[in-house]
Amino acid sequence: MKRAALALCLLSPLLLAQSVPRLVPDVSQRRIDIVYSFTGAELLLFGAILYPGGRVPTRDADIAIVIKGPAEPIVLREKQKVAGMWINADSARFRSVPSFYAVAASRPLATLVDDRTAAIYEFGVDNIQLSPASGKVPAEQRRLERGLVDLKRRQGLYVEEKTRVRITEGVLYRARIQLPARVPVGVYTAETFLLVDGRVVAGATREIAIEKTGFERYVAAAAADRGFLYGLFAVVVSLVLGWAGAVLFRRLR
Amino acid sequence: MDIYLPIAGLSVNALVIVALGGLVGILSGMFGVGGGFLTTPLLIFYGIPPAVAVASSATQITGASVSGVFAHMQRKGVDFHMGGVLVAGGAAGSVAGGFIFRALQRSGQIDTVVALLYVFLLGGIGMLMAKEAVTSVYAVRRGRPAPGGPRRHHPLVASLPGRWRFYRSGLYISPVAPLLLGFFTGLLTVLLGVGGGFVLVPAMIYLLGMSTKVVVGTSLFQILFVTAATTMVHALTTHAVDIVLAVLLLIGSVSGAQIGARFANKVKPEYLRLFLAVIVLFVAFRVGLGLTWRPDDIYTVQVL
Repeated sequence: MKRAALALCLLSPLLLAQSVPRLVPDVSQRRIDIVYSFTGAELLLFGAILYPGGRVPTRDADIAIVIKGPAEPIVLREKQKVAGMWINADSARFRSVPSFYAVAASRPLATLVDDRTAAIYEFGVDNIQLSPASGKVPAEQRRLERGLVDLKRRQGLYVEEKTRVRITEGVLYRARIQLPARVPVGVYTAETFLLVDGRVVAGATREIAIEKTGFERYVAAAAADRGFLYGLFAVVVSLVLGWAGAVLFRRLR
Repeated sequence: MDIYLPIAGLSVNALVIVALGGLVGILSGMFGVGGGFLTTPLLIFYGIPPAVAVASSATQITGASVSGVFAHMQRKGVDFHMGGVLVAGGAAGSVAGGFIFRALQRSGQIDTVVALLYVFLLGGIGMLMAKEAVTSVYAVRRGRPAPGGPRRHHPLVASLPGRWRFYRSGLYISPVAPLLLGFFTGLLTVLLGVGGGFVLVPAMIYLLGMSTKVVVGTSLFQILFVTAATTMVHALTTHAVDIVLAVLLLIGSVSGAQIGARFANKVKPEYLRLFLAVIVLFVAFRVGLGLTWRPDDIYTVQVL
C-alpha cells in the first residue's frame, strides 16, 4: 500500500503533464561565433505554448526567460582606502558565478512572482545563486555580493528586464536579448518558464554555444597551450614589422 | 572600425589603438625613448586588462627598437661587450620579474604595485630630467654652454669586485654594475611593460660614466633583447601577450616615429628634454591621482 502511494507520488508530475501546458522553445542561433569584428549579438528567443486539447485559457499565462553563461569560480576583490590610496583590501571567493545573466518576462517580475518563487528560479539579478565559499559574516557577505552584481551589471554582463517578452494570441512568444561584445565564451543555457497565477507550471531549456572561431580561436588556443612557440612568433612578428616599417619609410623619403 | 582582441577578450576601436601607437611613436621619434611608459598607462585607461597591456606593450617595443639598433650599429654606436652584460642581467631580471608578477597577481596587488612603481620612478626621473633641462635652457639663454661635469663613474661602482675592460664605452669597471643595472631594468620591463630606457640611459651616463657616443645605441640593444625575453616570459607565465594588440600599436608607432624624428630636428634639444620631462611628470601625476581618487570600480573580479 505504502509502496503504491510512493509510486503514485513519484509519477504525479507525469500524470499532471496530461493537463498542464507544454513549452516548445527555440533560439535564433544555437551557435554564436566570435570573429575579429564581433561587437555583440542579438539573440531572438521564441516558441509556442501548447495547451492540452488546444484550448487557450481565458486567463493570461506569462513567460519568463533566463539566460545564463557558464558558471566560473572567482575571487572578488574590494578596494578600500588605505593610507590615502585605494588598494585591494578585502576579498571573497565564489564557487560558481554565472559569467552572463539576463532575464526577461512578459510583465514586470515584481508583479509576476513572489519573492520565494523568484529566489527558487533565480528570477532577477539579486536572486542569482553565487555559492560564496569564504565563510564571511552575513553582513559582509551581502555587501560583497551586492558589489559583484553591481559590477557585472555595469559591465553589461548581468541584464535585468531590459526587454519584454511578447506573447501573441496567448500561444506564441518571443523576446530579444542583446549579448555585449565582451561576453565570455562557453555553453549558455536559455531557460523558458510558463507562469500561471505566479506559479511556474512548465519549463524548458535550450543551449547556445558561444565560441571563438577561426583566427581568434587559433590565437587564443596557441597562447594558452603553446606559450613558447606563441611567444617566439610574437617576437618574430614584432621584429619583422618594425624592420619592414622602417625600410618602407626610408624608401618613401 | 571595431576589432576583437583574442587575448584581451574584448572589442576595441582599431583606429584608436593605432592612433595611440602613433602618438607614442611621435614622442619616441622626437626623444629617442621607447615610450612604453606612456603606452601601458594609456592602454589601461582605455580599458585593456593591465596584464595584457603590460605584456603586449613589451612586444611592441621590440619591434619599435629594431631599426634604431641597426642604425646605431652602422655608426658603431653599440658596445656589444657592455650590451651583452646588460642583456644577461636583463634576461635574469625578466625571469625573476615573471615570478614576482605571478605572485602579485595571485595576491591581488599587481595593479597597486604597478601604479606605485610608475609614480615613484617616473616622478623621480622626471624631476631629475626637469632640473637638468631647466639648467641647460638657462645656460643656453645666457649664451654659454651648460657646464659639462667630468665624466666619471660613481664611487659605489668602483667598490665592486673584479674589473673588465669595455673598450667602446671607455670603461674599466666591474661587470657586476651593468649586470645589476640590466637585472633591474629587466624587472621593470616585466612589471611595467616599459623598455626601461628612461632608467637605463641616465644610469649609464651618471652611474657607469659610459661614453655618450654609445649610450643610446647600447641601451636600445639591451631593450631589444630584454623586451623579447619579456614577451617570452609573459607568453609562458601570464599568457597575456595579445599579438593583435601589439601589431596595431606597432603599425602606429613605426609611422609615428618617422614624423617625430623629422620634428626633433627643428627643435633645440634643451627644450625637447624639458618637454619630455613635463610629459613624464604628467604621467606620474596622473597615475598617482588614479591611486588616490575613489575608483569607478571598487570591485574587481579575477577568474580562478
